[in-house]
Amino acid sequence: MRALQILIDGFAISSLYGLAAVGFTLLFGVSGVLNLAHGGIMVTAALVGWLAAGELGLGVYLGTLAGVLAGLVASYATYFVVVRPIQRSRAIPREETEIFVLTGTLLWGIMLQVGLAWLFTDNPVAMRPLIGGVVVLGGVRTPVNEVMIAVLSWLAIGLMWLLVNRTRAGRALLAASINPRGLVLLGFELDRIYLLVWTIYGVLAGVAGVLLASFLGVGTNSVGQLTASAFSIVVLGGLGSVSGSLVAAYIVGYLETFTAYAVAPTLRPVPALLLLVLVVYIRPQGLLGRR
Amino acid sequence: MRDHAMRRLLHSRVAWIVAAALAVAVVLPWWMSAYILGVLTTAYYFGVFAMSWDLLFGFAGEVNFGPTFLIGLGAYTAGLLDNALHPPIAVCVVVGALVAMLGGLLLAVPALRLRGPYFGLVTLVAVLLLRNAIIIFAGVTGGEIGMNVSDVLSIDATTNYWIGLVFLVVCGVILFGLSRSAVGLILQASGQDAIQAAALGFNVTKHKLAAFCVSALFSGLAGAMLVFYEGTVSVDTVVDIAIAVQIIIAVVLGGRRTILGAVIGAIFLILAGELLRPLGQLNTLVVAAVALAAILFFPDGLLGHALRPGRRE
Repeated sequence: MRALQILIDGFAISSLYGLAAVGFTLLFGVSGVLNLAHGGIMVTAALVGWLAAGELGLGVYLGTLAGVLAGLVASYATYFVVVRPIQRSRAIPREETEIFVLTGTLLWGIMLQVGLAWLFTDNPVAMRPLIGGVVVLGGVRTPVNEVMIAVLSWLAIGLMWLLVNRTRAGRALLAASINPRGLVLLGFELDRIYLLVWTIYGVLAGVAGVLLASFLGVGTNSVGQLTASAFSIVVLGGLGSVSGSLVAAYIVGYLETFTAYAVAPTLRPVPALLLLVLVVYIRPQGLLGRR
Repeated sequence: MRDHAMRRLLHSRVAWIVAAALAVAVVLPWWMSAYILGVLTTAYYFGVFAMSWDLLFGFAGEVNFGPTFLIGLGAYTAGLLDNALHPPIAVCVVVGALVAMLGGLLLAVPALRLRGPYFGLVTLVAVLLLRNAIIIFAGVTGGEIGMNVSDVLSIDATTNYWIGLVFLVVCGVILFGLSRSAVGLILQASGQDAIQAAALGFNVTKHKLAAFCVSALFSGLAGAMLVFYEGTVSVDTVVDIAIAVQIIIAVVLGGRRTILGAVIGAIFLILAGELLRPLGQLNTLVVAAVALAAILFFPDGLLGHALRPGRRE
């Protein structure tokens, strides 16, 4: 019974981790940006969604939409205010751009976190579930919402997959992740490709943030934790590899759930961190990464 | 040749600025309140954190997201030792610094194999693991609440100020001297292009290991000193990622690869935090925004700008 409970809870949380990490890894793969404001963007989406659904009385569905839009806006802001100016700055030497993007997005994430805490207080908020009720899965009472979160996560991931692999714009994204210079020579505008990838990223992070708010609840204090977990999942799976991130999301999700249920809730993040260190040592490119 | 003379002149300008700043720092205790001296003392220890980080980041080129791993190791070792055996403070501080150095070696091992973001992540994980370990062994360490240590350096604000200032100056002289020495140049070369540095016959591994040891040693020393200055040690003051972020901001703001800039950044950051205290929560927002603006518009930092005018065409 407990094993099944771990299986079900772990699946839901892992799907959510996967959804949050996929955008992060896509962004890195295509534009080489490690966005340390990731957690801040997710929490922005979650809090705006919560506000719109509850206080503003728009209801859960419109609230969700508002949250996703907020995630998108936050993602654009990150790109236009922080990342693009750093990438284009003449005063920053080429080889140090990466470090500056890391530091810049880190600062931006802090600004989002503190700004949100000022507007919303730092109390965690929980959105009303999208669907109420409980369903019994093999003897385990599971909220329908939890099932729905797993389904929605996979739906979003599936849509992204279709967009990237089956459309012309998506293929340009893939090409940019392999050889941006070649793409420019073929007459593609890199700026538009970057804009597209930030759009996809914003929507994915927004959906993940809102779903997280309706599943576990989100507060501004979780910003750092969210960034760290996306970062570690993505490195575990291999930077830039979408399928690797999904595999890693499930490994981390299940490891955490198992630890929380079977060992102690306080130890929840520890085994995943140790595994991460181990993998990075033995296989620095991650599980499915390329170098 | 002219370039050389130019640099000399600028260096001497920096020397004058340092001398003036020191003179001000020395006379401050006679006309500043104990409160302000207390704030400055904290800023001085923070300055040592920032200098140690700059040695790794600016010179060895390693993005260490976990300076607080080293600081925390030093601080908690010193605190725990003091509470358990009550040796003289100096012994606690030295043992804390040595344990931090071991931690530095532990970090150096992955740094020699991993690059950029991968290494950054390992250091981040090191901090998270240390934090978890402290919370898990709450019985001994006090967990998230922290613990009091049995001894303090002094209860007099002026004495504490002097200890902090002398500590900062001594560490500053050693670290600055190291960065301007041949070793510092080799480190810089290995950080920028390890292969070429190795091809020129320098032992990159040895120098990087040394950089990690030195950085860790001073981080641990400062962490341990801070414990005996404050009389208490907690996760939020020496281990939390937020502290690591502040150190990074201080260095970038002051000017990376300058060592002295790190001190300016650290003091500026702590003072700004105090001055903006009336803003409440928003003060962190303002500080982060200023740092972000500095990165975007003056990526060389305050001192970097003064040191290298017109370096690029």
